[in-house]
Amino acid sequence: MKWVDYFYFAFGALRGFSVRTILMLVAMSFGVAAVIVLTGLGDGARRFIASEFASLGTNLLIVLPGKSETAGVSPGSFVGQTTRDLTIDDALSLTRNSTTDRIAVITVGAASVSRGRLDREVTIVGTSHHFLDIYHWKMAQGRFLPKTDMRTEQSVIVLGATLKEELFKAENPVGEWVRVGDRRFRVIGVIASEGQSFGMDAGDMAIVPVSSAQSLFNQASLFRILIEAKNRDVLELAKKQIINTLKERHQGEEDVTVISQDAVLQTFDNIFKTLTYSVAGIAAVSLIVAGILIMNVMLISVSQRTAEIGLLKALGAKTHEIQNLFLVEAVLLSVLGATIGLIIGDIGCRIIATIYPDFPAGAPVWAIFSAFFVSVVTGLLFGVSPAKRAAKLDAVEALSK
Amino acid sequence: MMGIDLKNINRVFQVGDESVYALNNVSLHIDAGDYISIMGPSGSGKSTLLNILGLLDRPNTGQYLFENVDISSFSDEQQALTRSEKIGFVFQVFHLVPRLTAAQNIELPLVLAGVDSEERRHRVDKILKSTGLVDRAHHKPGQLSGGQRQRVAMARATIMNPSIILADEPTGNLDRASGKEIIEVLEGLNKEGMTLIIVTHDPGLGRRAHRQIRMIDGQIEATIHNEVG
Ligand SMILES: Nc1ncnc2c1ncn2[C@@H]1O[C@H](COP(=O)(O)OP(=O)(O)O)[C@@H](O)[C@H]1O
Ligand SMILES: [Mg+2]
Repeated sequence: MKWVDYFYFAFGALRGFSVRTILMLVAMSFGVAAVIVLTGLGDGARRFIASEFASLGTNLLIVLPGKSETAGVSPGSFVGQTTRDLTIDDALSLTRNSTTDRIAVITVGAASVSRGRLDREVTIVGTSHHFLDIYHWKMAQGRFLPKTDMRTEQSVIVLGATLKEELFKAENPVGEWVRVGDRRFRVIGVIASEGQSFGMDAGDMAIVPVSSAQSLFNQASLFRILIEAKNRDVLELAKKQIINTLKERHQGEEDVTVISQDAVLQTFDNIFKTLTYSVAGIAAVSLIVAGILIMNVMLISVSQRTAEIGLLKALGAKTHEIQNLFLVEAVLLSVLGATIGLIIGDIGCRIIATIYPDFPAGAPVWAIFSAFFVSVVTGLLFGVSPAKRAAKLDAVEALSK
Repeated sequence: MMGIDLKNINRVFQVGDESVYALNNVSLHIDAGDYISIMGPSGSGKSTLLNILGLLDRPNTGQYLFENVDISSFSDEQQALTRSEKIGFVFQVFHLVPRLTAAQNIELPLVLAGVDSEERRHRVDKILKSTGLVDRAHHKPGQLSGGQRQRVAMARATIMNPSIILADEPTGNLDRASGKEIIEVLEGLNKEGMTLIIVTHDPGLGRRAHRQIRMIDGQIEATIHNEVG
């Protein structure tokens, strides 16, 4: 018997779908769709984080207070215990390092920004002049924080686009005054960037000089120091210099963590890859369920078509030919289920992409291929036992059924 | 001499503690081109004999020479190949595949034999014409009368040009007119040289064969040579 005829014959046998067959197809397709959507989400998250970090320069080093115990970067380093605060003076000492190009400091708090009777609770970022360039943000109006000594307070503020819209509508805000808590700040510019960036809504925020923010929130510590090294090659050296400088300033205690965005990126990458794989694994379990259903469908098919099997034998079908016929049928079922699943999964990813346009949900190619491959293997594996049963049937007995 | 030789064939079924001799020491010679009818009461072993003749079943003891070859040495594969090339079955209940059209049912032995589709179409067309089934070619078995179904089954049994046709009560499910039509087709095939072996309950039909075998309790009770045939 020719291979094309196996497929033709098996396909013909499949056409009269029973409720059982449809249930099996549903199970199979949902298993595959789950693989596609879940890996799509996992991989999307990975790429999302990657693109976020890519917007920062590759020369960037981030200093955070507290020493992370592990040699590399672990997620724990983000919640590492603070042994000693980072200060503006710490940051200024780093500007003298030979490898340092630009520096920005960050301190973060929340406060309400008001103008007349309008007010809005937003994130207040206290930072310095180079923040704009390091984050690759653009100005829509006016200027960013001036290049002055970080230690001097200034009552100037840069608004996010949403906040500006909220307080000023179409008016030009530059030169106008707003209140932050109980202080007055003069608006000097508006940020053009919108959307999420590092968990901050670039539109719904306000930026003030770091010293002003510190007195506003009554704290002397910094959340982060961002250092842009002169180039990529000196990144490791820059890291050592930073640690040494700060160690000297902190009475010989190494109590900061310096991470490069490569390392952060790698960590996130690993986390999401692991997540994606495990999610794929879980979803693959549903394929096993589908496999068992395939076996069930095929076993019933064999018992319902016993007479047909007897006839095929009488007509000269060999044992392995009968077996192949039913195997091909099982694989066809499985592949049909997988194909429907791929389509459902793709629709799912598209729906997610429509709802969250910034989030690049989409199953990686390996997931699509492996879902397909696994489904074929599932069909083969779970099709073997019914096919063997069909092949072993006694021709005379089968014909009398 | 090409033909079939059965020597002391036993076929025993174990039913509980009891051994049922479906065939009990059966010896039989059938010449190529012979026309034989097998008669006898229900349970006398007619179908079992036919199944062994058609290589669907194996005897427990005894020797079976098929065209001078001892088939006890045949593997299952070789038996299947022999069934495909040399033997055509016709059943009382037709055994057509319900989802396939008449033409596709007739084509089935060619598909199994791996004949390519061009050749298949050619041969099916030819046999549809010669059996007058052209306008029924694309009907499913459910849309055909009993007589038409059996004609399809016979076309299927003969499309490989077998040397033997084995028919187990081929008219058992048909009215007289259709039955007669079927028998005439079978006898026509015999005249062309195919060996024809028919199991039947109809004495009139039995007498038409060259030789009539009467079975009782798994044994050949009598062999009657008919003059007219
Ligand atoms: N698979 C089987 N298992 C047990 N007994 C069987 C089997 N096949 C046939 N027999 C017995 O063998 C005998 C002959 O059966 P069969 O050849 O079908 O008779 P016939 O076709 O003449 O009616 C019967 O007694 C039947 O019960
Ligand atoms: Mg019988």
